[in-house]
Amino acid sequence: MHIELTMAWRNIWRNPRRSILTILAIAFACLLLVFMLSFQFGSYADMIRFSLNIHTGHLQIKAEGYQKNREIRKVISDPAAVAERLEDRPDIRDYTFRSNAFSLLSSEKRTYGSMITGIVPDREARLTTIEAVIRKGDYLATGDTNQVIIGDLLAENLRVDVGDELVLLGQARDGSVAASMLAVAGIFSSGQEEMDRSVAMITRDTFDRLYFMRGAVHEIVAVCPSLADVKPAVTGLKETLSGLDMRYPLKVWTWQELIPGLLQGIKIDLISGVIFYLIMIIVVAFSILNTFLMAVFERTREFGVLLALGVSHARLTHLLMLESSFICLVGMAAGIAGGAALTLYFQHTGIHIAGAAEILRFYGLPEALRPQLSWLSLLLGPAVVFVVTFLTALYPAWRVRRFKPVEAMHAT
Amino acid sequence: MYLQLAWRNIWRNPKRTAVILTAVIIGVWSMIFLGGTMVGMYDAMIENQLATLTGHLQIHHPGYRNDPAVANSMKDPTAAHSALENVLPAGAVWTDRVRVSAIAQNARHSTGVTMVGIRPDREARISFIGGAVTAGRFLETGRDDHGIVIGRALAEDFETGLGKKIILMSQGTDGEIRSRAFHIIGIYQGQMEATEKNFAFVTLPAARDMLRLGTGISEVAVLLPDRADTGQVVTELRRALPAGEYEVTGYRELMPLITAMIELWDTFMILWYVVVFVAMGFGIINTILMAVMERIREFGLVKSLGMRPRQIVALVVTEATLILAIGIVIGNLTGYVSVWSLARHGIDLSVFAAGADRFSIPRVIYPALHLKEVVRANLVVLILGLLVSLYPALRAARITPVKALARV
Repeated sequence: MHIELTMAWRNIWRNPRRSILTILAIAFACLLLVFMLSFQFGSYADMIRFSLNIHTGHLQIKAEGYQKNREIRKVISDPAAVAERLEDRPDIRDYTFRSNAFSLLSSEKRTYGSMITGIVPDREARLTTIEAVIRKGDYLATGDTNQVIIGDLLAENLRVDVGDELVLLGQARDGSVAASMLAVAGIFSSGQEEMDRSVAMITRDTFDRLYFMRGAVHEIVAVCPSLADVKPAVTGLKETLSGLDMRYPLKVWTWQELIPGLLQGIKIDLISGVIFYLIMIIVVAFSILNTFLMAVFERTREFGVLLALGVSHARLTHLLMLESSFICLVGMAAGIAGGAALTLYFQHTGIHIAGAAEILRFYGLPEALRPQLSWLSLLLGPAVVFVVTFLTALYPAWRVRRFKPVEAMHAT
Repeated sequence: MYLQLAWRNIWRNPKRTAVILTAVIIGVWSMIFLGGTMVGMYDAMIENQLATLTGHLQIHHPGYRNDPAVANSMKDPTAAHSALENVLPAGAVWTDRVRVSAIAQNARHSTGVTMVGIRPDREARISFIGGAVTAGRFLETGRDDHGIVIGRALAEDFETGLGKKIILMSQGTDGEIRSRAFHIIGIYQGQMEATEKNFAFVTLPAARDMLRLGTGISEVAVLLPDRADTGQVVTELRRALPAGEYEVTGYRELMPLITAMIELWDTFMILWYVVVFVAMGFGIINTILMAVMERIREFGLVKSLGMRPRQIVALVVTEATLILAIGIVIGNLTGYVSVWSLARHGIDLSVFAAGADRFSIPRVIYPALHLKEVVRANLVVLILGLLVSLYPALRAARITPVKALARV
């Protein structure tokens, strides 16, 4: 075994230029795959985190039917009972309450429809990034009675600024008119267009009073310690909550169900990426097939001599496979090292694409894209390259089995 | 002579040539095919967006695009109309619209929508709505002052249907909230759910009457016979209309996000071409290099017989060019065939409809060929291919007769 290793290693350096070019081709493919996969996985993680942290949370509890039709009467009638159940669970890190009502907001000049959301300021701030994305003015404080924070696009449409007054007009839970004067306390810019264009937030207490909610809420939003905990938490919650007696039965929604487009969009992107990568790997495979073929055919005489000396066909195949594996492994090592270095560098500095801020915002991505190196992104691409290269090398190595010593020695 | 010599040389080792040809063919095929898919995708995105009430160009009050409120409407569009009649090429069509944000309400639901007041006969020739009504009927000019056409998704959300009542509320020119009751006479299906939830169509007179708009309109949308003429028509219209009263905007500016997205993809495609090329470039160098190295004696011989280094370079480069040319031709042909065969039925992404909607990708992609894309892919392969083949060619040219002939 040892002698074969030595032979194989020396054989590949008999023609250093060719071996280096082949190694470079493999290294290039590996480097690109490590970087691109890290880049894609990094963007997906950012996209998911960004979308969930701004508003959605990891899971939401709502009354049956509220997700499809946001009717004000479909409430969680006893939120405290649900909260009690949530408190007990280690797989729920934190939770908050929200209520929503579509209403008219009028400034002095303009009137727009808006989704009025009642939030619990301190809980909401622990759960989402809303406090951090206040661009102007202040976030809501517990005890605020007629303060409102609104999205920047809504503020622009209404032509209002911090300190201006808005008139709210809507329909309360019991069908009566909900009306009030509100003062703009702050303006937020979440980066999610729909939210910035239509959402206005007031405190839960104000909402309760205006819309006559009598303590009920529409949504309980919760986060788990990590994304991996969401599934078991939801399964557990469904069981726990089914015992509660509410006016409307409760339903638990995971973030995947709340924003179905997100995962599907990521899938489309991932699948198209895989198609691109596979094509590239196949091109690389054919690119290096010639090297492996030549390594066999220009050494026909040499193999003839070895066969005549009593080396078995199996051992020759083995030797050739060792040579290809060496080339492949060296290339992979170089590619993985290079890819990791490149990824880590950009993971540190971030990638800024000039003029793409708006597109990134549309995809729910931060301005600086950060690839994220993981074991998966580091090894997945190179592993596929290794398998394909190995298969490529198999063909020439098998051809050796047909060599006959005398004929081979006479080959030119 | 080079050509004949090179042609014979590359077939001296047919297996090797076949292998590298395969690499080039797959590379070129993938460029043509994936390029075609990309082009098909963004063509569909543009067309879809153009049909979704964009058109090739629009005329607004200068303040409207920043603040699309009823206050920023064109009070009397006659000047715009006559300018259009003078400037537009034959075959172009235009229509007036009132477009304001409104609140739609029925007994149990309310939500924000965009109310679009249209001239039905003209609108049908410009935007998607003409052919999109799948239940009931489209609005008719001269009647239907209380008829409304809404999207399927909105109808579902509102648990409503044909013949039912829906109330629209919006701010009138006097600043007061105006409302009007409409009967649903038609339900349309759009390309995206967002469209179906957003636009509610009523007749222009109904919208004007409701908003106390008089003869005012929000926008004029124009569809040209050829999209490529947009820039020129925009310039002419800007010259014909007073800038303080009218703003003329081409479709690229009307949909900045899609334009920027397409530019980004465009850059991405060039990068992809280069990546594929590099992948096969290593193979091309290696193969040509092998072909050169095993012919060292031969090169030494022809050199001692008086062949100049430059001629040797030319010969080797010609060999590489021939391989590339064959690969490019076959790659292109297979590329066209796959684009063409997929173009008939399209690539169906409806399994991922919600994801496609979110990223505003069309649900069915019909690959298409654009001359620009094809030329670009082929140029990348040809030019870079020639560049890399220079390396083995120069090595061949440097061979000295004595050394070469001394080799076994």
